Amino acid sequence: MQAKIKVLHPGFYSSIQDLGRFGFRKYGVPQSGVMDSYSAKMANLLLNNSEEKPVLEITQMGPKLEFSEASKIAICGAFINPKINQNPVFNNQVIHVKKGDVLSFGKLELGCRTYLAISGGFICETVLKSASWYEGITDQFRLQKGNELFFNSNSNIQTIKNSGLKVKTAYLQELVVPVFKGPEFYLLSESQQKQLQVASFTIDQSNNRMAVQLQESLANTLNPIITGPVIPGTVQLTPSGNLLVLMRDCQTTGGYPRILQLSEDGINILSQKYVGNRIKFGLTNI
Amino acid sequence: MSRQYPYFSLMGESAILIEFEPKISEKTLNIVLNCKNSIENKLSKSLVEVNNTYCSLLVIYRYTIENVYDEVLALKACISEANIGKNNNSHLYHIPVCYDEHFGLDLRLLASKNNLSISEIIELHTAPIYTVFFTGFLPGFLYLGGLDKKLIISRKSTPRMKVEKGAVGVGEKQTGIYPKSSPGGWQIIGNSPVEFFDKNSLPPSKFVAGDRVKFYAVSMEEYLQISSEISCGKFQLKSEKYAS
Repeated sequence: MQAKIKVLHPGFYSSIQDLGRFGFRKYGVPQSGVMDSYSAKMANLLLNNSEEKPVLEITQMGPKLEFSEASKIAICGAFINPKINQNPVFNNQVIHVKKGDVLSFGKLELGCRTYLAISGGFICETVLKSASWYEGITDQFRLQKGNELFFNSNSNIQTIKNSGLKVKTAYLQELVVPVFKGPEFYLLSESQQKQLQVASFTIDQSNNRMAVQLQESLANTLNPIITGPVIPGTVQLTPSGNLLVLMRDCQTTGGYPRILQLSEDGINILSQKYVGNRIKFGLTNI
Repeated sequence: MSRQYPYFSLMGESAILIEFEPKISEKTLNIVLNCKNSIENKLSKSLVEVNNTYCSLLVIYRYTIENVYDEVLALKACISEANIGKNNNSHLYHIPVCYDEHFGLDLRLLASKNNLSISEIIELHTAPIYTVFFTGFLPGFLYLGGLDKKLIISRKSTPRMKVEKGAVGVGEKQTGIYPKSSPGGWQIIGNSPVEFFDKNSLPPSKFVAGDRVKFYAVSMEEYLQISSEISCGKFQLKSEKYAS
């Protein structure tokens, strides 16, 4: 039976995401998908869902959600003091909700983004083979008060064998973001290359699902490149010397030098940082 | 600092970037697209997709690349077997554009800066057969090459906050159509009623790299007529096979 979750309060920025929209870059369509793929997958796996099921990505300030039917949910990623009817519940375990229960969140304590998965997955519109919300592709791109999210209330009967799954949380506080050299890294001077590896960088207030800008700049002596491919995790050096780390909703092409490339773990680590947090790049030589 | 092209490098854990000689030209595009075809034909089972830009290919794998050396060898084999020559799978599309000043907000500016009359601008803009190099920036935004030198003008120093859907613009050596309303810095000379991206179709756009585009001028009445035909699904975009 189709049941629903009513959005009593949307939180700061919440959206439905799966692992991304693949195969449509050639038409200029961003990949989108969960910012921190590790936590999102874990939330699904705890419930025996397949890892690509759509989840609700919650940023910094959680929403308030009312369940029309009983179900099982899991929350992984940032710790935002989740509560069911004012009673604290925990991340990284199966949580039983009853009909009429209200899930809310408190103060952000750790990380930046958390993932709410529901047994059987959210039932939602797919556009171009993905449920990930993105402005211009899906009708909705950000959770709003009064929205309804749907799930299947029959899918939570089976016993859950993954409920003992051990979920890693240390990466939520990791300082070092693993990176590879980007296509234009070799054009940087030796001192620029060194600076990238030893300096620490601060997350700027300009950070969202498209890109994270870093506050410290790097003297830029490079010319723009002929527009070329960029992917989530590409670090661009802008003409004014800013470092722009492209994230999951980024454009498909760009004309700024691509000096570094974050690994998948690197993107996940950075997704858990917010304005003022500091990072260092950990360069892997390959 | 000199490199041998094509140059292969890993981009992230599941993509390989192939860089060709850094040039914006039809010749380079042809080489890039022929290599792309060859890779798609031979390796499709392993790939999510292959994207091209002016002089790069990004080969995206379904899996994390374990052995870069082997994958690069396979790509090199595809490239060496690529049939660098004529491309017979392209289409030429005829795109209606209304150059009425109602849409062409910067026609007068372009006319005075480049010392042209408005009818000369229309003639120069509708004469060439433009090449679709790739799609990027926005879903359905075509990077077109082939603009007449007399129409080269710098971008707006302050971009407009909102450029209308369908707006046809010129900026530096490029021309193009905004597939949806967005902020934009190009000088706007007209508007096309054609849909360049439909999220509910598969594929969402008929225009692919290597296709050609030619503009033809329509009056405001014709523009409105075509618009209403498009909204009820009756409009047939004129196209023909094109061998480059």
